[in-house]
Amino acid sequence: MSGRRIFARPARFAAIAPYVWMVLFFLVPFGFVLKISLSQTAIAQPPYEPVFDLMAGWEVLKAAFAALSLDNFKLLVSDDIYVFAYVRSLTVAVTASALLLMIGYPIAYGMARLPRRWQGVAMVLVIVPFWTSFLIRIYAWINILQHDGLLNQILLALHLVSQPVVWLSTDSAMYIGIVYSYLPFMILPLYATLAKMEPVLEEAASDLGAPPWRVFWLVTFPLSLPGVGAGVLLCFIPIVGEFVIPDLLAGSNSLMIGQTLWLEFFTNKDWPVASAAAMVLLVVLLVPLLLYERLQKRQLEQGR
Amino acid sequence: MSEASRLSRFNIASLALGLAFLYLPILILVIYSFNASRLVTVWGGWSLRWYYEFFGDRAMIEAAWMSLRVAVSSANIATLLGTLAAVALSRGERFRGRTLFSGMLYAPLVMPEVIAGLSLLLLFVALNAERGFWTVTIAHTTLTMCFVAVIVQSRLGSLDRSLEEAAMDLGCNPVRAFVAVTLPLIAPAIVAGWMLAFTLSLDDLVIASFTTGPGSATLPIRIYSEVRLGVKPEINAICTLVIALIAVVIVIASLASKLSSSQGESAAPL
Amino acid sequence: MTDELPRANVAADRGGGDAFPAEGQPLLRIEGVAKTFGTFRAVDGVSLDINSGEFFALLGPSGCGKTTLLRMLAGFEAPDEGRILLGGKDIAQALPHERPINMMFQNYALFPHLSVRDNIAFGLKRAGMHRADIATRVAEMVALVKLEGLEKRKPDQLSGGQRQRVALARALARRPQLLLLDEPLAALDKKLRESTQGELMELQRRLGMTFIIVTHDQEEAMTMASRIGVMNAGKLAQVASPRELYEAPRSRWIAEFVGDVNLFDGELKLRDGHRLVIATREAGTLVVAEPREPVSQTKLSVAIRPEKVKLSHRGPVSEAGHETAINSLDGVVADICYLGGISTYKVKLDGGGIVQASVANSARLDVDAYSLNQRVVAWFTPDDCVVLSS
Repeated sequence: MSGRRIFARPARFAAIAPYVWMVLFFLVPFGFVLKISLSQTAIAQPPYEPVFDLMAGWEVLKAAFAALSLDNFKLLVSDDIYVFAYVRSLTVAVTASALLLMIGYPIAYGMARLPRRWQGVAMVLVIVPFWTSFLIRIYAWINILQHDGLLNQILLALHLVSQPVVWLSTDSAMYIGIVYSYLPFMILPLYATLAKMEPVLEEAASDLGAPPWRVFWLVTFPLSLPGVGAGVLLCFIPIVGEFVIPDLLAGSNSLMIGQTLWLEFFTNKDWPVASAAAMVLLVVLLVPLLLYERLQKRQLEQGR
Repeated sequence: MSEASRLSRFNIASLALGLAFLYLPILILVIYSFNASRLVTVWGGWSLRWYYEFFGDRAMIEAAWMSLRVAVSSANIATLLGTLAAVALSRGERFRGRTLFSGMLYAPLVMPEVIAGLSLLLLFVALNAERGFWTVTIAHTTLTMCFVAVIVQSRLGSLDRSLEEAAMDLGCNPVRAFVAVTLPLIAPAIVAGWMLAFTLSLDDLVIASFTTGPGSATLPIRIYSEVRLGVKPEINAICTLVIALIAVVIVIASLASKLSSSQGESAAPL
Repeated sequence: MTDELPRANVAADRGGGDAFPAEGQPLLRIEGVAKTFGTFRAVDGVSLDINSGEFFALLGPSGCGKTTLLRMLAGFEAPDEGRILLGGKDIAQALPHERPINMMFQNYALFPHLSVRDNIAFGLKRAGMHRADIATRVAEMVALVKLEGLEKRKPDQLSGGQRQRVALARALARRPQLLLLDEPLAALDKKLRESTQGELMELQRRLGMTFIIVTHDQEEAMTMASRIGVMNAGKLAQVASPRELYEAPRSRWIAEFVGDVNLFDGELKLRDGHRLVIATREAGTLVVAEPREPVSQTKLSVAIRPEKVKLSHRGPVSEAGHETAINSLDGVVADICYLGGISTYKVKLDGGGIVQASVANSARLDVDAYSLNQRVVAWFTPDDCVVLSS
């Protein structure tokens, strides 16, 4: 028993309530997703079969188990719509993460180089937009990007274009929306690692004769890689499953997997296929999710 | 070497552009909410017309009320559960199922919302639960307690463990030491966690869409269905009100946390 | 200022003083205490008695187990083996809040959200003291550590020295039977550290309390403690008064750890009354005094402190093997280090070894000082030497 362990016993009791909650409302639901992804669509309430009835006895249950099949997954693999949706989701996520890194890094770097007392202010300024509603921020861009919106008015006034550009329902609009929404998620981890870095290291490198860009490339950037990793994961994973932004800003001719899932669920009422799509999405994200979880854990537990 | 000289012109430019990019769209939205013209793009002078319109819109008001109730209740439960989870993770040392526990807490932070929404809906359907206020509250609590846990845990992690030891040395049993010393010191993080839970809940569209039932739409669901039909000046006004509400919550909460601990250490919201 | 805290009052606070040791018994008895972290044996079978009213120092390099031992006394670690008896009662497994022992933490561990007054009153409130009594005691403590006028300040509005005093007052407020101090002065600068050392000693004497201090700073331990326990690799290497520790270290390791020392390895050649003749490889044959505990081995080390080594241009009169035998070694000054009050000379001996001598700079003008490469004789008496088994 050590000083920490004296505290540990009551602390473990604190785990009970959140543990039960998370098992009930996070873990168990995945069991349902898995089960329904193996079921068939039915015109019924709920709209799938078989329905397990634990009271109905063993034989009925066995029959219900036998009715489960991998058909939905076969559909997902064979139908181009779904395959394209996954490919598009991954492409969008990779492109958007790269854009976010390119835009977020200079901002985070600038923040880290501010005098100490201004760094806090800059951090608050970056976080505050994150507190304002996600939907509102997308809506704000619709205002700006629409046919007779502010952006086109400015471009026309500056004679950069002769007639209004179509922004809405394009990939550009979607990327603007994604970058805008996820920018704080990229900046904050980057800033955290850059701010921790000793300025002496850069000074030492330039003292040893490296010009500024080499100092950055040889010292600053390699040392900030943990932040880059955290920022990219923090953006990449949710972007893959993004629904609202592509739905409101991108065109409807190529859908991301989040949109497909939504469509199957709400429009086609095909719950089993939606569940199967969710399972596949989860499997696709498993590696980055595990990576992220490990990163998060290490970061939090280093502080002790 | 003075600190300021480390800032290059490139640094300043990227900071200025970055902040402009973050703030201009919201600023434009707020300004246009006071536009008298029905055409969103034509400036017709200052007016509160769209605010009156919003307050006359019963469906919108009902949705806003629903959202507020869900946000407050889910933030309360999430703050309680999230703080307990953070205490267990940062003070519980090793215990059985710890890896699963922390995994369940970190995964929802980045888990695509469509998955979380769908899985919870399937649970509620299987349980035959009536969908509405409570199902959305439970769903939001599940998501936001993870954010609370992370914020509180990082504060607990940076807390000097010898403070708790000193409290025990001075006659506190572990639980009293926690209440007398640890709790006041992590209070700013708990407040920040509540705020984040509140705004995340107020903000959420996807999970609420899955888990709510007919007739109990939240504000984002309403806004979303309006936005899909095109830009309406009334939406500008609603959005401005939501921004104002969140700003007020942030100001009150940060004042409260400053009063409760005048130690100058501000709790970062993330 | 309330200077004196009557002892009777102190006893009354501890619930009739039932935990007091019987006459002749030590206040604290540590019996074969051991603690293992994983495979690392942090404390390895330590036994130690500490008397009431003592100022005891645990001295050792970092990682030697002294802090672990202190934390076991405070109750933050429980020993895997052994007993810890306080006034005859085994407290080894008692929780920190159940022990009449208080601790002053290395970084002070002041509660940042509480004022100076509330920090000091913290332990008193837990003890269920009356409001009025708490106020009196806090005022007493504030006066004791000379913090008047700062009662309402928060820790982050205090200087390092003031924080140290608050931590001390807070730990003393409950009038513990035993006060543990974990590197209490490590965070202070040199000047403040020296004056605080004096104040701590004065306070301990006045209160008649028992202090155990952990430090890695041998000068600090020597200055303050009446007895020092030197720890190395989880074991108590020696428990002795500062003087004994310095002049009669029990092992080579202690001789080297406490102060500077010249060490010559050699073999016992002859035993002549109280004199031993030892042949060393580097410094030739040395005549040394037989230690109190007779040596049994033949492989021995001769230890001699630099300030006991005298330098002169010509060797002193000496007769080998005689009562007045003096060891004198010929050599060349190889290095001079001027330190203000003293200068240290490194003399390269003709035999190959190096002997270090510290010489007080007793005159302002150094007419007598030796210069580099000068031939000198380094000499010392048999009684200046300590014989250690290799």
